[in-house]
Amino acid sequence: MDFLGILQILDSTVRLATPLLLACLAGLYSERAGIFDIGLEGKMLAAAFFSAAIAYTTGSVWLGLLAGIAASVMLSLLHGLASITYRGNQLISGVAINFLAAGVTVVVAQTWFSIGGRTPALTGGARFYEITLPGAEALSGVPVLGPIYAELISGHSILVYVALAIVPLTWWVLFRTRFGLRLRAVGENPAAVDTAGVSVVGMRYAAVVICGVLCGLAGAYLATGLSAGFVKDMSAGRGFIALAALIFAKWRPWYALYACLLFGFLDAAGSRFQNIETSAMLVVILLGAVAAGLVWAGRKSRLDMAVMGGIAALLIGVIALVLGGVGLTGTATIPVQFMQALPYILTVVILAGFVGKAIPPRAGGEPYVKER
Amino acid sequence: MGKMPKWADIILIPLISVLLALIVSGLVVLYIGENPLEAMAIMVRGAVGSAYGWGYTLYYATNFIFTGLAVAVAFHAKLFNIGGEGQAALGGLGVAIVCLTIPWPHWSIALIAATGGAAIFGALWALIPAWLQARRDSHIVITTIMFNYIASALLVYLLVNVFRVPGSMAPETARFAEQMHLPSAFDIVPWLGFRASTPLNIAFLLALVACVGVWVLIWRTRLGYEIRAYGHSQTAAVYAGINPVRIVMITMLISGGLSGLMAINAVMGEAERLVIDNVQGAGFVGIAVALMGRSHPVGVFLAALLFGALYQGGAELEFEMPAVSREMIVVIQALVILFTGALDNLVRMPMESLFLSLRRRPEAAAAGPVPKRTDAGE
Repeated sequence: MDFLGILQILDSTVRLATPLLLACLAGLYSERAGIFDIGLEGKMLAAAFFSAAIAYTTGSVWLGLLAGIAASVMLSLLHGLASITYRGNQLISGVAINFLAAGVTVVVAQTWFSIGGRTPALTGGARFYEITLPGAEALSGVPVLGPIYAELISGHSILVYVALAIVPLTWWVLFRTRFGLRLRAVGENPAAVDTAGVSVVGMRYAAVVICGVLCGLAGAYLATGLSAGFVKDMSAGRGFIALAALIFAKWRPWYALYACLLFGFLDAAGSRFQNIETSAMLVVILLGAVAAGLVWAGRKSRLDMAVMGGIAALLIGVIALVLGGVGLTGTATIPVQFMQALPYILTVVILAGFVGKAIPPRAGGEPYVKER
Repeated sequence: MGKMPKWADIILIPLISVLLALIVSGLVVLYIGENPLEAMAIMVRGAVGSAYGWGYTLYYATNFIFTGLAVAVAFHAKLFNIGGEGQAALGGLGVAIVCLTIPWPHWSIALIAATGGAAIFGALWALIPAWLQARRDSHIVITTIMFNYIASALLVYLLVNVFRVPGSMAPETARFAEQMHLPSAFDIVPWLGFRASTPLNIAFLLALVACVGVWVLIWRTRLGYEIRAYGHSQTAAVYAGINPVRIVMITMLISGGLSGLMAINAVMGEAERLVIDNVQGAGFVGIAVALMGRSHPVGVFLAALLFGALYQGGAELEFEMPAVSREMIVVIQALVILFTGALDNLVRMPMESLFLSLRRRPEAAAAGPVPKRTDAGE
């Protein structure tokens, strides 16, 4: 592959990572404050629809953005009402929000536009366009650095830069401000925060609203930046990949950026190459190493050995299929579906704790009941 | 036990919650510009007004009974199995492998073998999340979500590259052999007016058996007692000598197996081949069904019937009121999950104070010291 090809993949990596990053940071605020949020997907979807719909009817993408954020914050407040005020199950509330968004967007889209549950294509001022950073044209002649600046760094929509800027901002807010300290404390030990005279409910609502705003940006970017209009289920599992990235990043902002770039890269590579051809020997060695590692990890108990050994046996079966199919010297094909599933597989591996254990905020998922 | 009589807890509150969900749904229909009552009438007529409607209603209900029981069993151990979608998809794979590799001479033998295949594949798909929860303390909700996506990728790969009929473009397996055709309602009870095309099949009876089986398991066996004890208080269960790892593993395997059994109805009974997306969201409907049915097999059965009727009625509604999209069902489903699950306390709190005030009055009238109940059961 040539230099320009690599640049193009990295370019689409940045594009595809942006909605993940925004949703991931949204989840970061919420979960750091002790509110699990598996409704990121739904909020993104709702924001995508309402931003596209309002942008189309008003012709202004900025009004669309506001509408998207408003829709997402509404769902966030619903989540807050269920999980903070009424102390319901946060996971069930998240599931409900995902379905609510999936249903309402299509129902309302059908009512407003009557073209099969989507919005008309957005044009002109109703979309976010790529902005060219100063000097990109002039520098594009410079070897190596010029194309990198022109292709990779310049030429994205404004929301991409906003998303990137929110990473250090989030780090600063969470780890360098009083608000951030309290927010993290509410997620770890709400009783202590309460004792200090800070409202747990207030902090958690604040976190949930921030989560809604960021999800709104993510959804608006999907419908008005990445594509031109809303289609049914357009978030396509990105909310869950963002959740995976959040766990992958162990609830830390900079690592969230890296995780989202990694998952964005997998997405970009998967959609560009479809099936990846590679040396069979490499595949066999990798699978064999993973199988051996699993058996080693399972040595401590019979149950572990049964589960790990079972997966290892499956992997050895795949090795046998590869060897039987193309031999050790042939080329094996890594299917595109594997690339699509890789973010989820990696998250499960991280959750298994073999490669650094992911420990969620301690009070996450539990409603706070004030002692009397 | 608590502030309310038991019947209020298990019947009244779910009913009020569902009513609230329906009222909000009605408001959505009103917003669309249609008459909610008329929409309701169309849905009821479409779902239960004819043998044709009943055939589809009970067919959908069969799917939801399996996935609902799966979620319910896990709920008893305080595990939230959100992976029914993936487990049912893998159950479909199990059914397809059983039915395509061995030429079973008769449907009854094939049914037994496919039941095993569906349950084992579904259970195995729940195995790793279960193990991660039991031994590695990773949250089962996250891992089962991840496994839903991995399952769908795996199934697409297998259907496109392995099981596809040579020369065919459609990513689906070959049709199962004719003698494996499960008897449909038309074959068994033709006098009820079912047509030959009805999807309702003998798997419905299997679902009823599963309901009874789950009831026996949860309330009449030692294992069921251990599952419930673990769900109530993990520390107390461990103190009583119950092995938490064992309970989590077994509960999740049973739950996954029940999800997998859905494929008997959808894959073997209806489609008679494995297609992409054979589950069609039934795994998620199971969550609503289990919440509404209060994790009791009878409740799950009734809630599954309601959702079956919603799905069939919704299809008719889209046909007769084109302005109302089919996704209206998803909205109703979301509202049911919201009100019966997440916003449970919205109904419960006022009801509890209502019952408390109702109870105080006769106590005062009796003018005798009534022994105060403790709240230990809560």
